[in-house]
Amino acid sequence: MRELTIEAGKTERHYWADLWRYRELFFFLSWRDVLVRYKQTVIGILWAVLRPLLTMIVFTVVFGKLAKMPSEGLPYAVFVYVAMLPWQFFSSSLAEASNSLIANANMISKIYFPRLVIPASAVIVCFVDFLISGVILAGLLAWYHVGLSWRIALLPGFTLLALAASFGISLWLAALNVKYRDFRYIIPFIVQFGVYVSPVGFSSATVREKGGDLAAHLYALNPMVGVINGFRWAFGSDAPWDSFGLLTSLGVTLLLLFSGIKYFRATEKAFADII
Amino acid sequence: MSEFAIKVEGLAKKYLLQHQASGRRYVALRDVLANKARALFGSGKPEAGSRRSTEEFWALKDVSFEIQPGEAIGFIGRNGAGKSTLLKLLSRITEPTSGRIRLRGRVASLLEVGTGFHPELTGRENIFLNGAILGMGRADIKRKFEEIVDFAEVEKFLDTPVKRYSSGMYMRLAFAVAAHLEPEILVVDEVLAVGDAQFQKKCMGKMQTASQDEGRTVLFVSHNMAAISELTRRCIFLENGKIKAEGATPAVVQQYLAIAAGTDGVYQSKSIQIPRVDRIEMITSQSSQVQISGEPLEIHFTIVHGAPRVGLCFSFQFVNQYGVAVAHCWIHDPEHPICRIGEKSVLKCVIPKLHLNVGTYYLRTYLAEPPGGQLFEMLDAPLLFEVSIVDRHTLFGWRPDVCTYLEDCDWQTS
Repeated sequence: MRELTIEAGKTERHYWADLWRYRELFFFLSWRDVLVRYKQTVIGILWAVLRPLLTMIVFTVVFGKLAKMPSEGLPYAVFVYVAMLPWQFFSSSLAEASNSLIANANMISKIYFPRLVIPASAVIVCFVDFLISGVILAGLLAWYHVGLSWRIALLPGFTLLALAASFGISLWLAALNVKYRDFRYIIPFIVQFGVYVSPVGFSSATVREKGGDLAAHLYALNPMVGVINGFRWAFGSDAPWDSFGLLTSLGVTLLLLFSGIKYFRATEKAFADII
Repeated sequence: MSEFAIKVEGLAKKYLLQHQASGRRYVALRDVLANKARALFGSGKPEAGSRRSTEEFWALKDVSFEIQPGEAIGFIGRNGAGKSTLLKLLSRITEPTSGRIRLRGRVASLLEVGTGFHPELTGRENIFLNGAILGMGRADIKRKFEEIVDFAEVEKFLDTPVKRYSSGMYMRLAFAVAAHLEPEILVVDEVLAVGDAQFQKKCMGKMQTASQDEGRTVLFVSHNMAAISELTRRCIFLENGKIKAEGATPAVVQQYLAIAAGTDGVYQSKSIQIPRVDRIEMITSQSSQVQISGEPLEIHFTIVHGAPRVGLCFSFQFVNQYGVAVAHCWIHDPEHPICRIGEKSVLKCVIPKLHLNVGTYYLRTYLAEPPGGQLFEMLDAPLLFEVSIVDRHTLFGWRPDVCTYLEDCDWQTS
């Protein structure tokens, strides 16, 4: 029989094994959140599609038709929607995950399980939305007769990068939000601000043109820049492949992910006491 | 090496209580930044604006015990004695400050049944979700599904969202899921306070089988001495975070009841909180806290309220030795003005004819705002008294468990 020793400051010894044992809880929590999200809504799952679609239309009109910004050789609607997909996933992950621990406070104060499961399942729920809104993209591609090339094979890689970036920042925010409740006011700000800081409605080539190489390199510190450029590249934009920018984004993402996990694990033991 | 299921050595848990002038519950980043800035630029005067002090509170201190596999053990003690903290540590919800716990086997805790139930989901969905939260695998849940549904008696409502369940159905379903966990160590906290008498009996039966027939170790925390006595052989009595007594259940329960209440008929508060019940004096019909059933009983409560107050409510209960409240008396300000003058008031309560059956009873008092408002103070067992019956003309053999209440009645025969 397994013997378990609990001592001050030593509880994390079985951490990863425990996380694996609780994989079904992870599955059920994600499933619950997806189910609950669209229960008692009039158009149900359509909400997942409607939000990026409407935003895309606004951006296409404002940046494409009125400001006439360049679109890297793609129809402006496709150009925006391809960026909107990972961005919406990223921003909703931040919003959902940062609040997830507080929303599940009663579970945390009553039952043991690896707390990492909660923000992770919040991110996964947003990922499901992301996959659903991907269906619209297929429709857009057909409508504008945009063909796909071998480049699409790298799309899962960029998706993974988006997932890692979202999860990393979410862990930070979720843990900080338990301790400092004013973090919940920062998140809508990050999200609102971020949509303009990230190249969602315009091409990141614009940054290089107007600000030079240094600006472009600094710009790549935003992990979503690498992701969005990658998505556009995979769908056949004519912007050049930017290894340096991608590596920068990858580096920042990994840093956020590992430091996020580390901070979360360091603080999660006290969650039940302060939540 | 002995065959223990749980071994606890020198366990302690410290909480930091923050007393903030503003009364806010959470740390705000704003304050932290402001304090940092003040420390950087200021003259080193720490936190001039916010009168905040931190106080250490040891919820548990130096607790050691050992529990054998298959043993059912009870934990008793007043509110705040550290029982819940101990269970939280054993079920790994929170981390000890020092000391060590060694567990052999999987621990499942029923600290509160129904945790994680989602009102929008159906009964069926919640069974799976709750099972997973409590640590069951999907295959386990599938295998036990029929059994759980039978136990909870909710077959007809399986596909109804639980928000439309009656509270009884809800609790039955929640307990049913929890009761079908198969851990080696089961931690139970006050779940028997739910449901109707019949369901409670069913729950007791389930827990009895778990410990006696299936050989699980059961840790049981309750204020209900009847349930403790029925379920456990051995008991640990906690007081102020330390073990006060340990041993065979009947002896420890007796000790708890005796210590929990003063025996001289007067309770004097040691608290400095305001408002509070400062003093209670009980004038029983006989000396040394013995009351004859059918005789008047008088109780004087001294309330310290600092300044004149409006809208204070006071009530008290008589609680029998099984932890069941059997009588309730109250005085509420709007109905009957109290504590409106000065800083201290005496409330005298006379019960003209006490109708309780023989037995040991204790007092429980509540000082609060009107129902729904804040509870200022709850005293569990400040005083204890014994009811007996002296009636030479009766043929009835009085025993405490016959009934709790004796009614006056007029008989007409023809």
